[in-house]
Amino acid sequence: MSSTQPVDLPVRSPGVISVVKGFFFDPATRQKLLAFASLLVLMIFFSVASPNFLQADNLVSILQSTAVNGVLAVACTFVIITGGIDLSVGTLMTFCAVMAGVFLTFLGMPLYAGIVAAIFFGALCGFTSGVLIAKLKIPPFIATLGMMMLLKGLSLVISGTKPIYFNDTPEFSAISQDSLIGFFVPAAPIPNAVLILFLVAIAASIVLNRTLLGRYTFALGSNEEAVRLSGVNVAFWKIVVYSLNGAICGIAGLLIASRLNSAQPALGQGYELDAIAAVVIGGTSLSGGTGTILGTIIGAFIMSVLINGLRIMSVAQEWQTVVTGVIIILAVYTDILRRGRQ
Amino acid sequence: MSEPAANPIITIRNLSKSFSGVIALDDCQFDLLSGEVHALMGENGAGKSTLMKVLAGVYRKDSGDIRLDGRAVEIDSPRAAQAYGISIIHQELTLMNHLSAAQNIFIGREPRGRFGILLDENALNQQARRIFEEMHLRLDPRVRVGTLSVAKQQMVEIAKALSFDSRVLIMDEPTAALNNAEVADLFRIIRQLKARGVGIVYISHKMDELQQIADRVTVMRDGRYIGTVPMAGTRIDRIISMMVGRELVDATNHIPDTSRNDMALEVRHLQRGTVIRDVSFSVRKGEILGFAGLMGAGRTEVARAVFGADHIDSGEIRVHGKKVDIKSPKDAVAHRVGYLSEDRKHFGLATGLDVATNIVLSSMKRFLKLGGLVDAGGIRAAAQGFVKQLQIKTPSVEQQVRLLSGGNQQKIVIAKWLLRDCDILFFDEPTRGIDVGAKSEIYKLLNALAAQGKAIVMISSELPEVLRMSHRIVVMCEGRITGELPGRSATQEMIMQFATQREAAKAA
Repeated sequence: MSSTQPVDLPVRSPGVISVVKGFFFDPATRQKLLAFASLLVLMIFFSVASPNFLQADNLVSILQSTAVNGVLAVACTFVIITGGIDLSVGTLMTFCAVMAGVFLTFLGMPLYAGIVAAIFFGALCGFTSGVLIAKLKIPPFIATLGMMMLLKGLSLVISGTKPIYFNDTPEFSAISQDSLIGFFVPAAPIPNAVLILFLVAIAASIVLNRTLLGRYTFALGSNEEAVRLSGVNVAFWKIVVYSLNGAICGIAGLLIASRLNSAQPALGQGYELDAIAAVVIGGTSLSGGTGTILGTIIGAFIMSVLINGLRIMSVAQEWQTVVTGVIIILAVYTDILRRGRQ
Repeated sequence: MSEPAANPIITIRNLSKSFSGVIALDDCQFDLLSGEVHALMGENGAGKSTLMKVLAGVYRKDSGDIRLDGRAVEIDSPRAAQAYGISIIHQELTLMNHLSAAQNIFIGREPRGRFGILLDENALNQQARRIFEEMHLRLDPRVRVGTLSVAKQQMVEIAKALSFDSRVLIMDEPTAALNNAEVADLFRIIRQLKARGVGIVYISHKMDELQQIADRVTVMRDGRYIGTVPMAGTRIDRIISMMVGRELVDATNHIPDTSRNDMALEVRHLQRGTVIRDVSFSVRKGEILGFAGLMGAGRTEVARAVFGADHIDSGEIRVHGKKVDIKSPKDAVAHRVGYLSEDRKHFGLATGLDVATNIVLSSMKRFLKLGGLVDAGGIRAAAQGFVKQLQIKTPSVEQQVRLLSGGNQQKIVIAKWLLRDCDILFFDEPTRGIDVGAKSEIYKLLNALAAQGKAIVMISSELPEVLRMSHRIVVMCEGRITGELPGRSATQEMIMQFATQREAAKAA
C-alpha cells in the first residue's frame, strides 16, 4: 500500500445543503456568528444610546484602540489553541517597545533596526517561555507569570524607569498614526495601526490554517500525547508556537510605542487579560484544540466597542472595569457550556 | 509456520525494563517473521503491551537486544520506530479529536504544496481516501474524528498504521470496540498485509479471533517469556495453562450456599439509553456476584448507574428489600452501597496524602471534635485498625499513598468504604494493575468480606479471576445481560459465548 504517493482521486464536493447545514451547525461557526451578532447588538445599542457613537472620529478611535489589543490577542490565540496560556504578552509588548527605544533613541540606529529589534526580542522572549514550558516542563501559567514579572522589571531597568521618546526618529510615529489607506482613499483616514492589525490577522490566519505550524498548533491542543506518539517533536513545535507568539507581541510593542511616540516602561500589565478575554470571547476554547483568528478579531472589537461605548455614555472608569470583568466571566462560562455539550 | 525461520524481521533477546524499581519485563524474547500473524498473549499485566511499546519506541529498554533483519538497532523514539518500518496501533485511542480523519492519519507527514510552505489539503484527503478505499471503509477523510463512533475512530487508527507502509505492524487489542462486520474487514486487511510480507503482532484476549488469524502464539506471564507455539494444532487449554502458569490458587474455592440469605440488592429493568438495556440482577448477603463481559459491554455503566453516578432512564433498585431512590453517590452511600472504581488514582485516592487521611477522607465528619477540630488521635486509631485488619503493608499510617504498591492502594480504597459501613460493594476490576502476589490477597479479602455477610458485585475482564471468585456469574454484552451461570460449573468458553452474543447474531 504505497499510499504515501498522491493519487488522483476526485474529492467529491459536498452538496449545497450540507454546506449550509455545516455552516450553521458547526459549533465553531455558531460561536463566531454568536460573537459577531453580539458585536452588532452592542453597536446598535450604543448608537441608539449616544449620538456620538457613530461619529467618524469615534469609529476611527475604536479601530485605533482595537489595534494593539487585537494584535496581542492574535498572538495569544496560537498559544491558547495549544492548550497553553501566556500571561506575559502585556509586559512583553512593553519590553519590545523599550528595546525599540534602545536601538532608535539610545543607539541612534535607523528605523528598520528598531523594528527588527522589537520583533527579534519578542521572539527571543517567546522562545524562552517556550523552552521553560516544553523543555523544563514548567506549567505555562507559572512560566509566563514569571516571564511577566521578569520582563516588567527588565523594561524598568533598561529604560531607567523613565519613558524613552522617539523624538530623534520622527518617522517612527508614522508606523501607527499615518494612514496609508487615507492616502489612497481620502474619505477613510484609517490609521496604519488598523491596517497592520488586519495584515497580521490575515497572515496569522494563513499560518494557522494552511501551514504545518498551524496544524501542529491544533494537534497539540487536541491531544498532545497522540502527537508525541506520532513521532512529532512536540517540544520543538511548542517552542516555535511561543516564539511566534512573542514575535507578534513585538509588533504590538511597535504599535503602542508609535502611537504614544514613546516607550512607557510602566505600561503593559493588564493587557494580557484583555487579550485573553478577546480570544475567549472569539470562541477559542481555553482547553485547546479549537479556535479561529477571525473569532479573536471579533472578540477584540467587542472588548473595545464596549469600553468605548461605556465611556461615551459617561460611565465611570471604575464601572467600565467592572463590566469588563463580568464580560470575561460570561465568555469563559459560555466556553464551559460549549465544552460540556460536546 | 512454527519452524523458527532463518530470517526473522524482528528478534528480541534478553530484554528487560522496569518502571521506578518495579520490573515490567524480565529477560524477554520474541521473534517475528515476515508474513506471519504472531499473537502475543497473557493475562492483564503480563507485559505484552510494555514489550510492544519498547519495540515501537514509546518506552526505552533498560537492557537487551533488538535486531531488525539481524542487525542490532536502537529504537529510542516513536519516530525512530517509524523510520525502521515499525508502527503500532495502541490499545487506547491516540487520536486528535479536533482534527479531521485525514489530518490524523498523516500527522507528522503532511503533504506540502508547491513552495513547501503551505499544506496541500487536497493531496492529504486523496491519500486518506485511497487508504479508506483499500480498507473498503466508507468514511469522509474531512470529517472531524471527535464526531465519529469509537469503532470508526479505531478504523482511522488502523488506516494511520497502514499508511506507514510498515514492515512490522503491532496491533494492541484492535477489535475491542469493533462489531463482527468490522472485525471481518480488519481480518481481510490483515490477510492482505500478510500476503505482502508484513509481520503482524496481534495482542488479543479473544481466542476465537486468534484461531482465525494467528499463525503462532507467544505467551507471556508476569513480565516473562513463557513460550511460543504454533496456533494450528495447539489446544486452547494449553495456551490458557501457559498464561495462567499455575493451578488456580483457589481452585478448590469453597462456594458457600447463600441461596437462603436475605436479598441485599435487587435491580429491576434498569435502562439508560442504549448503554444499559433492561438489566435486572440481584445479589444476596454473603454472595459474590461476578460481572463478566468484554470491554464496553456496559458493566461499569451498570455499577455507576446503581451507585447514582450516572442518571438512569428507568428501573427499580431495592436495597434490603426496600425500594430506594438513588440519584447521586451521596444517596447510594446513605443506603450503604459502595463503588470501588476501576481507576483508583483518578477516583479513589488522593495519592499525595497519607494512608490515614485517605482512609477517613469520606468519613471525616465522624472525626470532628467539639468546635470543628479534627480528632487526629481518633483518625490514627481507626486507620491503624484497618491497616491491621486488611494487612495493608505500610511502614506507618503517615506514609504517602503513592509510595505504596497497587495492591496496598486497593486495600486502602476498600478500607475507606468499610469505614462508611457499606455492606453492598461494587468492585470494578479490583486487581487491575496489581501484581500476582497481591492479587491473591485481594481475593482472600473479598472472600472474607463475603463471609462477614457483605454483598459483593465484582466486575472483572479477567476470566480466570471471575471463575475463581464468583459464586454466581452474570455476563453482559452490548448493554444487556445475556446469561447467568453458577460459579461452580461455569467455564471460560461458556462465558465467552454469552459475552459475544451480539444482537445481530441472535437475530440470525
